[in-house]
Amino acid sequence: MNPQAIIARRIARELRPGMLVNLGIGIPTMVAGYVPKDMQIFFQSENGLIGTGAPPQDGMAHRTLTDAAGRPVTALPGASTFDSAMSFGLIRGGHVDLTVLGGLQVDQDGYLANWTIPGKMVPGMGGAMDLVTGAKRVVVSMQHTAKGKTKVVTKCTLPVTSLRRIDLLVTELAVIAFRDDRATLLETGPGVTVDQVKAATEAALTIPDKVPEMTL
Amino acid sequence: MQTIPVDQSVSMIPDGASLMIGGFMAVGTPERLIDEIVRQNKRDLTVIANDTAAPGQGIGKLIGARLVRKAIVSHIGLNPETQRQMMAGELEVELVPQGTLIERIRAAGYGLGGVLTPTGLGTPVEDGKQRVDVDGKTYLLEIALKADFALVQAFLADYLGNLSYALTARNFNPVMAMAADTVIASADNVVPVGVISPDHVVTPAPVVDYLVANA
Repeated sequence: MNPQAIIARRIARELRPGMLVNLGIGIPTMVAGYVPKDMQIFFQSENGLIGTGAPPQDGMAHRTLTDAAGRPVTALPGASTFDSAMSFGLIRGGHVDLTVLGGLQVDQDGYLANWTIPGKMVPGMGGAMDLVTGAKRVVVSMQHTAKGKTKVVTKCTLPVTSLRRIDLLVTELAVIAFRDDRATLLETGPGVTVDQVKAATEAALTIPDKVPEMTL
Repeated sequence: MQTIPVDQSVSMIPDGASLMIGGFMAVGTPERLIDEIVRQNKRDLTVIANDTAAPGQGIGKLIGARLVRKAIVSHIGLNPETQRQMMAGELEVELVPQGTLIERIRAAGYGLGGVLTPTGLGTPVEDGKQRVDVDGKTYLLEIALKADFALVQAFLADYLGNLSYALTARNFNPVMAMAADTVIASADNVVPVGVISPDHVVTPAPVVDYLVANA
C-alpha cells in the first residue's frame, strides 16, 4: 500500500457516526473514500456545504456545487448550504468535531506549520488557521519525511498555523498523540519498528512498553 | 433599486475604487461584471474577495489584465499569476484568514467596528494588531472592512432586487451585499416579484442598489 493510502485509511478509523468533519486538500480528501458506506458522516466544505459527496458522474457536474478547491462534488441526502460567515462560525465556534489537515512540520509540543514557506510558497492560509484554532479535534496527515528530512521536529522552523496544538498526527510510519505536553507514540505503520520511527523522527517521543501496529 | 445595462453599471466604478467581489474559486462570481470591467479597462482597483481564482476565471481575469493594485484575500495558491505579480512587487497582497476576512466584512455591514477572534494569534497575522482579553481568553482585534462597491452574483433576483443564491455559489455574496456603499447585483435568473418566497430571500431588496439587466 502506498504511504498516502496507509495514512488516509488509518485516519478514517478516527471518524464516528454523526460527526461533522472538515477535510483539507490532498491526503485528507482521500479519507472520505475509506469510511464505511453505511456510516453517516457530515462532511463540510468550507465554501458553504455540509453533506459533501463524491464527485458527480460524467456530465452531471454543476458550477454551483463544488468543494473548497472549486472541483465539482455532489450533495448527499440531508445536505445543507450556507454563507461563509456561517461556514466559519461552524469551524471557529467549535461545531466541527474533527478536521484533517496536511502538514509541512509538526513539532514535539504539537504545533503545526502548514501554510507557508516564506520566500518560496506563499499560497495564503485560506481556512487553515481557523480550522486548527477552532475544530474540536485536529488530526494532521502527512508523510513522515520529505526529501530524506524528517517533518516531525523538535520545534517548527516554519511559521506555525495556530497557537492551538494538534491532537493527533498520522504518518505512514507512526500515529502520535499530543496530550499532557507530551508526544506519545501510539502505533507504528504496517511492518515498521519503533526504532525505525525513532530514526525518522527528530521530536522527543514518549514510547510506551508496547506499541501496536496500525490496524487499517 | 434600479435596473441598468451591464456597461452602465460598470461605468459608475472609478479607477482606484475598492471592490468586494463575491465568489469562491470563481463559483458565485459575477462574470458579466468582471468581463465588463476588463472591457472598460478600470485600473488601480483594490479587490476584496476570498481568492483570486485561477488565470482566466473570475477575479483571475482582473489579475491577468493587471487592473488590480491591491488584493485583500485569503488564498492565492491556485493562481500562479497573482503570486508572480506579488513576488515582483507589482501587486500588493494582504492575506487574511478566511474566517477573519468574512467576519471583517460582516462587521462593516452590520455596523460593528470589528471582531475579536483567536485565529491568527502567535502567527504573522498578529503583527501590528491589538490583543484583547475576555474572560481569561486572548483574542485579536480585527477591524471592519468595507468597500466602495460590492459586486454580487445571485441565482434568482426579482424585479425589486430580492436575491437568493444557489448551493456553494452563495459563499461571500450575501455578506458583501451588506458592506459596500453601492451594491451591484447580477443574477442567473431574473424573476417576477413573489417567485422568491419571503423565507427564501437571503438578501433583501432594499440593500441592493442596482440590478444588472439581462443581456
